[in-house]
Amino acid sequence: MLANEALNTKEPATGIHPTRFLLMLMMVSIFMIFAAYTSAYIVRRNEGNWLEFNLPPGFLYTTVVLLLSSATVQWAWVAARRDDLKQVRLALLLTFGLGMAFLVGQWMLWGQLVDGRIFFAGTDSNPSGSFLYVLTGVHGFHLITGLIFLLVVVRKSFKYQVHSREMLSIGNVTIYWHFLGVLWLYLYLFLLLNN
Amino acid sequence: MAANFPTQEQVQGGIGATEPGHDHAHHDEHHEQGFLSKYVFSTDHKYIAKQFLITGIFWAIIGGALSSLFRLQLGWPEATLEWLKPLLGKWIEAGKLNPEFYLALVTMHGTIMVFFVLTAGLSGTFSNFLIPLQIGARDMASGFMNMLSYWFFFGSSVVMFASLFIETGPAAAGWTIYPPLSALPQAIAGSGAGQTLWLVSMALFIISQLLGGVNYITTVINLRTQGMSMSKLPLTIWAFFLTAILGLLSFPVLFSAALLLIFDRSFGTSFFLSDIYIAGQALPNTGGSPILFQHLFWFLGHPEVYIVIMPAMGMVSEILATNARKPVFGYRAMIGSLLGISLLSFIVWAHHMFVTGMNPFLGSVFMFLTLIIAVPSAVKVFNWLATLWRGNIRFTTAMLFSIGFVSLFIAGGLTGIVLGNAALDIQLHNTYFVVAHFHLVMGSSAFFGLWAGVYHWFPKMFGRMMDEKLGYLHFWLTFAGVYLVFLPMHYVGIAGFPRRYYAWTGFDTFSQFADLNKFISVAAIIAFLGQFIFIFNFFYSIWRGRRATENPWNSTTLEWTTPVIPGHGNWPGDIPAVHRWPYDYSKPGAEEDFIPQTVPYSQTQSSNLPYEKEME
Repeated sequence: MLANEALNTKEPATGIHPTRFLLMLMMVSIFMIFAAYTSAYIVRRNEGNWLEFNLPPGFLYTTVVLLLSSATVQWAWVAARRDDLKQVRLALLLTFGLGMAFLVGQWMLWGQLVDGRIFFAGTDSNPSGSFLYVLTGVHGFHLITGLIFLLVVVRKSFKYQVHSREMLSIGNVTIYWHFLGVLWLYLYLFLLLNN
Repeated sequence: MAANFPTQEQVQGGIGATEPGHDHAHHDEHHEQGFLSKYVFSTDHKYIAKQFLITGIFWAIIGGALSSLFRLQLGWPEATLEWLKPLLGKWIEAGKLNPEFYLALVTMHGTIMVFFVLTAGLSGTFSNFLIPLQIGARDMASGFMNMLSYWFFFGSSVVMFASLFIETGPAAAGWTIYPPLSALPQAIAGSGAGQTLWLVSMALFIISQLLGGVNYITTVINLRTQGMSMSKLPLTIWAFFLTAILGLLSFPVLFSAALLLIFDRSFGTSFFLSDIYIAGQALPNTGGSPILFQHLFWFLGHPEVYIVIMPAMGMVSEILATNARKPVFGYRAMIGSLLGISLLSFIVWAHHMFVTGMNPFLGSVFMFLTLIIAVPSAVKVFNWLATLWRGNIRFTTAMLFSIGFVSLFIAGGLTGIVLGNAALDIQLHNTYFVVAHFHLVMGSSAFFGLWAGVYHWFPKMFGRMMDEKLGYLHFWLTFAGVYLVFLPMHYVGIAGFPRRYYAWTGFDTFSQFADLNKFISVAAIIAFLGQFIFIFNFFYSIWRGRRATENPWNSTTLEWTTPVIPGHGNWPGDIPAVHRWPYDYSKPGAEEDFIPQTVPYSQTQSSNLPYEKEME
């Protein structure tokens, strides 16, 4: 790939960096996974034999934590625009911490569900419970990929590769993290409305 | 390798970040690649394309061989197959093929052909090879992800291949792996470890497809050369582009379904299982819905058949125009019909499920949507025929296969209209009529597109020509073979002969078809053996074929402006700019019967149309 190929040899396209475009397409495919699960949830629910239970109230707290982390990652992005690297690192690490807190919270909520005899699998399980575990679990897996991405960008920030003229990676991680937040918000509201 | 790339300083404004490879600016100068990075973990799209092609050929041989095995059983159900013992070992019991292994053969034949050959082997090869070359890009948007895409496919292939040899046999629940059969090892031996490996392999396969697909889309959208607007793209690129979008939207859904099935099989959930008695025992699973799996599966499964056929459609359009020396008829209608097919492919999946007891009203909605697909398909067929009409046809091997494609697509498409009707489908469901339909319209057609593509672009891949005489022999054997196999199958199917049955000897109704089945088997095995002509031709020509020129077919698209064997970066100098659409063949007033896309209108004043005068 040629770095110094003049831009004017290209047909004007979206104006979005190809790497960012790749990321957006991957977000589309991730969303399709959840679109499949949530529609399967509705279809299955309408067939009856569906155990109704109340969503543990703790999901509200984890939701707030994840939305806070969206704010901190946005803060990191703004700080990078201003070349304030100290703030970038602080905000990214804060985001990482909040992400971890979210995961721990989800894990504890799984524990609460089990205590309430809502099981993922086994004789006493019902698809309504299993779906909840699958939705939160698959979202949690993608959140872990987001955490890894955050660490990569933190490392870059320590190598002075994140600043106002190199916004690609921090921009990407910000977009991805917001996506994971919005995705969770969608799942949370979906579960609230369908419970 | 010669590193004579242009080194002019870039003149760029504030959006300098839109150029890929920006981060690699400092190590562009050296091109001494190691063995591993050049031949194994290559990130060059042309090399990755060849990796996909060779792996696809390997899989096609396996898939074809499996079909020959079960055709032996179907053709001669009373014969002793003891002579296959050295190959199949314990699956031959007292001279008879094990009935469960028969199901495994059918399952693996379907899986291998649909996914490994006609998805990965077809669009993996040609999307990789042609997208950068035809849009004027140095490589894919992310060469690294492209390399990963092949190696995930390779890993998936290894797992699937290994599953053929395990003790309990490979997956045996059909390529559609409907639960509960696929979920319960007690039901069939193949649903044990074989099905687990199948699911693992398909998970890797889906990752490979997504990595490849996002790359294709990004490359087409972002890396087109100057002048290459979307309305000047060759139809191949439009087809690959829309194929990748279908994959991006549908493969994640298959992944979702596979994950739930994995949970049901190995973790004790009940997404798809409910109230099952097996071997006199009640299973604890309650509350699952096997129909739910079918919905999820066919939401991928139906777009999947277009993922298989659309790349072939694109390549055939290109090859027909080139070899008829005529502009493709209805260029915009061709794009429109591709868009229409892509859109419709997502809203017809339940026509695979008319017999699941669905609401008849819902069934008629899906029937209506399904029949609408005939419209864009007919537009395409009409345009192909109109492209051929009074053309100055050059019967190259690729051209023969393209014409064969059109023939098979018509023959198979007509029965699609029959099967799309719920009332008829309920009668014909799971008979050989369905088998005949999809083998013609999807299987054989896509294979013909694949062969046409290989014969046509072989000179650009390997710098040599494939042998035409052997190509003709291959074509006629295959063309005759396909029709001799699948036409009689319609007849057998209308009579009610069910698919996936090991033998029909227990039913007097079907004993009259013994000879016909024998005939089909003979034709299938001869057609399979005919493919070795192609394989010989392919490998012989790589090293010993006649040397090719840069543009052996006098074609107009960009890949033919590269050197005979394009190197790393595709064009040694500047990337050419594009000035016209890709189908200026036999333009009245032009000096030659083709004008490449790179020729500006100012150089072709004798042939310019009135509205083109302004662009001189």
